[in-house]
Amino acid sequence: MKRDLINSGIGIIVFTIVCGLIYPLFITGVSQVAFPGNANGQKVYVAGKLVGSKIIGQNFGDVVVKNGKVQMSDGNPVTVPDPHYFQTRPSGTDPADNAAGSEFANYGPNSTVTLAALKANIQAYIALDMAPDGKPYYPGGLTAAKIPVDAADTSASGIDPDISIANADIQAYRIASIRHLSLTTVHQLISKYTLGRGLGFSGEPGVDVLEINLALNRLSPSTR
Amino acid sequence: MTFLGWLTIFLFVVLLTLFALPLGSYMAAVYTGERTFLDPLFAVPERLTYKILRVDPTQGQDWKQYAKSLIIFSLFGWVLLYIILRTQTLWEFTGLNPMHYHSAPANVTFNTTSSFLTNTNWQYYGGETTMSYFSQMAGLTVQNWLSASVGIVVAVALIRGIVSRSGSSIGNFWQDLVRTMLYVFAPLAIIMALILVFQGSIQNFSSYLTVHGISGLSQTIAQGPVASQEAIKDLGSNGGGFFNTNAAHPFENPTGFTNFVLMLSVLLIPAALVFMYGKMAGNRRQGYAIFATMMVMFLGAASVAYIAEAHGSPAQHAAGLHTQVRAGTTGGNLEGKEQRFGIAGSALFDVTTTVTSNGSVNSAIESYTGIGGAVPFANLSASEVIFGGVGTGLYSILLYVLLAVFLGGLMVGRTPEYLGKKIEARQIKLVALGILITPLSALLATALAVATKAGRASIDAAIAHGPQAFSESFYAYLSQANNNGSAFAGYTGLIQPNAGNLGAHGVTFADVLGGFTMLFARYAPILFALAVAGSLAGKRISPAGLGTMRTDNPTFVVLLIGVIVLVGALTFFPALLLGPIVQGLTPHLY
Repeated sequence: MKRDLINSGIGIIVFTIVCGLIYPLFITGVSQVAFPGNANGQKVYVAGKLVGSKIIGQNFGDVVVKNGKVQMSDGNPVTVPDPHYFQTRPSGTDPADNAAGSEFANYGPNSTVTLAALKANIQAYIALDMAPDGKPYYPGGLTAAKIPVDAADTSASGIDPDISIANADIQAYRIASIRHLSLTTVHQLISKYTLGRGLGFSGEPGVDVLEINLALNRLSPSTR
Repeated sequence: MTFLGWLTIFLFVVLLTLFALPLGSYMAAVYTGERTFLDPLFAVPERLTYKILRVDPTQGQDWKQYAKSLIIFSLFGWVLLYIILRTQTLWEFTGLNPMHYHSAPANVTFNTTSSFLTNTNWQYYGGETTMSYFSQMAGLTVQNWLSASVGIVVAVALIRGIVSRSGSSIGNFWQDLVRTMLYVFAPLAIIMALILVFQGSIQNFSSYLTVHGISGLSQTIAQGPVASQEAIKDLGSNGGGFFNTNAAHPFENPTGFTNFVLMLSVLLIPAALVFMYGKMAGNRRQGYAIFATMMVMFLGAASVAYIAEAHGSPAQHAAGLHTQVRAGTTGGNLEGKEQRFGIAGSALFDVTTTVTSNGSVNSAIESYTGIGGAVPFANLSASEVIFGGVGTGLYSILLYVLLAVFLGGLMVGRTPEYLGKKIEARQIKLVALGILITPLSALLATALAVATKAGRASIDAAIAHGPQAFSESFYAYLSQANNNGSAFAGYTGLIQPNAGNLGAHGVTFADVLGGFTMLFARYAPILFALAVAGSLAGKRISPAGLGTMRTDNPTFVVLLIGVIVLVGALTFFPALLLGPIVQGLTPHLY
């Protein structure tokens, strides 16, 4: 008994130092030398300003200003999608795309709450495809049946950096028209910023939304 | 469903087997004291550790001494972890609390501490909104190593009991613990952590980044020493995410490649342990039989989950979405799933982490279809014996093996024997208790949680109605009793106002009930498993005769699957009907 107390007391301290301090410090040291970019979050700078992480989804939206005041809801500004940019997937975090507090939406498969959320996401997606003259950018207009699931379903992390190729292809019509680019140019960007499956089979290809939006800005500086 | 989806499942099984076979042989060498190729590297630190800990590794322990060392060591671990988590602000001087988070309240910390000690990693808190880097490293990561190692040493001790020919010793707890950490986990964890960073996981101590987004909105991005914790979390069946959304978070699991490697790392050691068992038992076919049993059930679970998720959910269909696979889109139920993993990568990850007591998630289980969500329920109902946690899976299925041998013996009317040892009343009593404790704790805790107002306060009333609300509650206690840790994450109760730490949530009732459920359902089966080991150690081995029931052929595999399914179905079927099965069978929305 006494022996076990001594062994355990020393043991827990030693293991805490080795597994809890030395091990993570060692991994940090090696990572910072071998893969500094990745280890620090694949930061992207534009003109010296940190604009995001390549692998973290962000909200490409605008704040809503009414009577000279930024509209707020629950302490966060209300935003609408900026049509100049490819939009990320619906997010369950508060506010959307919160990379300091990731959260599942937890919408159940048979829930009326889920149905309402899906309908709202579909409507928003279709609304974004409407030009100011009331005509859709997407040839023939969008319906729920044409919308790829990733554009309506909430992501898991709430900060999914990717969208599906089908989703990007639909948004391409809007982007090309607003930015006065040819559809081919936008499609070339989509292929360029599509990350394929892991090892050729694991997972699904996705278009990195931050990277493609940055490329768009380089091609045709934002009209604002 | 896609060809590549099925290929992923197929390649996963093949690669898992290929990696687990040599690892099993290596681990057998580690625990029988043979020389291994890593001896030149680890022999010196090993001896040094014994010296510092003042243990004599050559001293054999009987099951009671072994259990005593294990329990006292765990108690010390519990106390230290609780203190570290409750004194988060005291460690500010290390610079490892850049966000200046206060400690979570006592009730949440009680739950978290019990959770990490028992290898459960149920989380009533969001990592990036609650924990300092110091707590994550010196507190939680340490128990990711230790709780996993404790699981393995129990399995090793049980094997020694089954195969020992004389004496009452089942090994030395300290030697097994140190060798597990050094020879098994250390090399694998270092390799895994570096693979993760190579693919894009982060590993730093920076404060959270403030970003000026390109459309003009600002964003704060959480940072931290993620890869080191992620690696051991999955290797050791722990499953507690550095971030709130666990392996769905791009910093924990950045690519389809890491997703695949993480899945492999989750099942690698549990599968290797089975092969190790065959080798230590002196008959590799014993290991193959158990491996086949697990694999059949695993493939069944993976297929059902994949098919169900690829079909899509009633809510999607009601909204008019088309869920079949089309060019450029995954189709299926992508609600609560990440684009880079897709349907197959999410469903397989879910099955991988719920058959083991890992409980890590890369998608929201609560958003799975009724049948897709019934799969993790079924996996948990099988008491984590389909590979199971590191160690826990093997010692749990060995209890089922003894039960199957007993039932088989009754059928043919002979005294049951296993590997030449007679299985008698004492062993069967211990086995039955060891098997029944987990389901009983799960059902009792669920009953308490749904029958009381305090319990129902944890249900997320805004999103979970009808059967979903029951599923949430049932899953919470099923997961905690099985030391799994995955969740229908809506079941996190009310946010507790706690200045400086809004990430810790959960109501006291659920925190305490869950904490005790985890502790009881972890240590009681361990004691029964060790007692079985003790009662078998030194038992005379009689040579196999013509009438001996074989335990290494397909007939026994079928019998074993039957026993596992029967026990699981008899205990859980009524409860499963009320939740996931109702949801799976109806297109009705609640």
